[in-house]
Amino acid sequence: MPPTDRTPGPGVLSLQQVVAQGQHVMTVCNACRYCEQFCPVFPAMEERLTFVSADLNYLANLCHNCGECLYACQYAPPHEFGINVPRTLAEIRLRSYEQYCWPRAFGAAFKAHGTLTALALAAGLTLLMFAAMWTINGDALRRSNPGGDFYAVMPHAVMVALFGSVGLFVLTALGAGAIRFWRDVHRGPAAGLTAAALGQALREAMTLRHLHTTGVDCTSAEEVRTRWRRWFHHCTSYGFLLSFASTTVAAIYHTVFGWHAPYAYSSLPVVLGALGGAGLLVGPGGLFVLRRRRDPALGDPAQEGLDESFIILLFLTSLTGLLLLVLRDRAIMAPLLLVHLGFVLTLFLSLPYGKFVHGIYRTAALVNYAVETAAR
Amino acid sequence: MDAIYDVAVLGGGNAGLCAALTAREAGASVIVVESAPRHFRGGNSRHTRNLRSAHVAPTGVQTDAYPEDEFLADLLRVSGDDTNKALARLVVSHSAGCPAWMQRHGARFQSSLRGTLHLGRTNAFFLGGGKALMNSYYGAASRLGIDVVYDAEVVGLDLADGRFTAARIRAGGGAREVRARAAVLATGGFESNIEWLRDAWGDAADNFIIRGTPYNTGTVLRVMLDAGAQPVGDPRACHAIAVDARAPKFDGGIVTRLDSVPLGIAVNNRGERFYDEGEDVWPKRYAIWGSLIARQPDQLAFSIVDAKVAGRFMPSVFPPIAAPSIRELARLLDLQPDTLDATVAAYNAAVRPGAFDHAVLDDCRTEGLLPPKSHWALPIDTPPFWGYPLRPGITFTYLGLEVDERARVLMANGEPAANIYAAGEIMAGNILRKGYIAGVGMTIGTVIGRIAGGEAAGHAAH
Repeated sequence: MPPTDRTPGPGVLSLQQVVAQGQHVMTVCNACRYCEQFCPVFPAMEERLTFVSADLNYLANLCHNCGECLYACQYAPPHEFGINVPRTLAEIRLRSYEQYCWPRAFGAAFKAHGTLTALALAAGLTLLMFAAMWTINGDALRRSNPGGDFYAVMPHAVMVALFGSVGLFVLTALGAGAIRFWRDVHRGPAAGLTAAALGQALREAMTLRHLHTTGVDCTSAEEVRTRWRRWFHHCTSYGFLLSFASTTVAAIYHTVFGWHAPYAYSSLPVVLGALGGAGLLVGPGGLFVLRRRRDPALGDPAQEGLDESFIILLFLTSLTGLLLLVLRDRAIMAPLLLVHLGFVLTLFLSLPYGKFVHGIYRTAALVNYAVETAAR
Repeated sequence: MDAIYDVAVLGGGNAGLCAALTAREAGASVIVVESAPRHFRGGNSRHTRNLRSAHVAPTGVQTDAYPEDEFLADLLRVSGDDTNKALARLVVSHSAGCPAWMQRHGARFQSSLRGTLHLGRTNAFFLGGGKALMNSYYGAASRLGIDVVYDAEVVGLDLADGRFTAARIRAGGGAREVRARAAVLATGGFESNIEWLRDAWGDAADNFIIRGTPYNTGTVLRVMLDAGAQPVGDPRACHAIAVDARAPKFDGGIVTRLDSVPLGIAVNNRGERFYDEGEDVWPKRYAIWGSLIARQPDQLAFSIVDAKVAGRFMPSVFPPIAAPSIRELARLLDLQPDTLDATVAAYNAAVRPGAFDHAVLDDCRTEGLLPPKSHWALPIDTPPFWGYPLRPGITFTYLGLEVDERARVLMANGEPAANIYAAGEIMAGNILRKGYIAGVGMTIGTVIGRIAGGEAAGHAAH
């Protein structure tokens, strides 16, 4: 049995230590199996007798960190076996983000995250855009009332070029990561990748089915279950999707119909954006509070910056976006727009190198689970 | 702690919590005195996984039907006549109501339709196991306003004329007293009290591994026996299985058991076989291997299998000790290579050809060998050879307090104590004094715990 002793403290475990700890945990779990109906992690584990790094990466991303298995575990610390599945898998998850990252050199970013770093990046990008716009478009910035026309501040072509290229890069990086993950963890023929399996995985991802075991509520503490974590996550993810939809609709309005912003408060882009923005205030706000209150044993203390910087970026992007909507006819619109775009740009750039990737890999893991289950 | 509680429940395992919840719901003020710290609360219940329950139709947590008659017959088959049949019948007839009562108190069960549980008909499986169940019960206790003290060892009882007045406890570094109008004793057996085991087993007890909680010291059982309570069950008897010798001394639970014995041979530390490894199917025989090994020199044995059967038994938490030859394996296991080689050679020569089938009593057996191997005898000839060191692993002890059908503790004169009730492992010997059927300990704890809690609350109210 691998050694169970481990150096406490964040970020000090080597990859070998994390893998060894993962193998130790899985060996004990596989001989016990009491948790097998909590979630897919355990049935997936039972299909494997040995655990190489790819298996651990798969199981780690299949884990939704609900916490049930820590509180149920007869071998949890301070037992000498020291089994803490949620934390061990969280540690492995971070390593997997680095490993599958594209370009790989950027993997170091996952450990560098912090709220201050994110804010500094947003401020820097804002200043950069401000300087650029001042130089090429100074009149608009100096005008006291731009009349709600964002493109007077940053010309449409500039905005499309900037965010289009960043968006393309982000999609490429996320796609490359997903493909790397899939190639590493998927075993067996690709034929299993059916529409049914994809549908099942998407359904499970969109409902967060595995965050609440066999009930309606999620673990909140040893003896407590509440639905808040799942609801706040829904607010966040659906808020994100609504905001994305808002931008897409606006882009269609602009390019296909030639309808130019600003759009009326009752228009589709504004309604979608306002709803999404509200979700991105409530969701991240709630998740931030819950995270702070959560039993620290359930997570990897080294990932506080990774988690919280993403939550805060989402929140501030939404906050500045909503402020911009309300204040778009005021003089402050121009600087506010650049601040908002600074946050959006920072958020975009951090998507492939931050907490956002958990959604990609977890969904991919769910697809793999659906494929494996169908093949059984 | 100056208040006088209506009911003091000593022991915070399954039986204790069932008693406490029932007493509280009957209106009693209740305190639970748990000797373990919060992390290790729940006694041996934290290592359990299921409860045996009769039912007439599929229930969602159990498949098919398990009639009361069949449950009783299963119970009597292992207990023989040496049982209190009235109590056995009581437990069986109340078992059907257990899962629903448990769910009302927060328990969650596995779905019987998923997974491959071979006991899915007779037993209801706790989602996440016994520790999760105990968490649910402690949560319910907290919501109902039951006081719980952890890390509180009962060191004595104040008894006058068979009447309980207070429990003396050691908690938080000081001595305290818990006074109550009635007491439910749910402190388990004495299996983690090595001194006491030594009384029965001599020095061999030092080499026993205790599969469960280190907190079952039997103090309350001893105090009651000294005070003239009527004992039940053989003081030497315990349920013991073969566990990996590398297991922790206490609390190793389910993962240290080893199921490889019927697939190979078992030798003692002199390299000699000592019992028919293939006598019967493993679920019917695994519980005799603890005492078989306890009678071997240094209480040590080794299960030896070859590559042909690897993967045919549940993965063990400890890796096998592997070697390319029997002699090399002997050296790694600290056995005499010549002896082990001779034992394996004699065994291999005695094996008769047959059709190996792990799932049934097949016709692979030895001839002219003592002791024989009656089934699943295959030559041990395919490297790598695997060895697992084995020790006796004690699950629980059988000695307990005699009770009546109202869970009242009976004193030597045959009269029930006025206000003392017992539930769980401390009285399970009334029903089972040898052998075991899976999940029945939790059934006894739940049924008798609820009776004891209700009776204690009723007594306190008068």
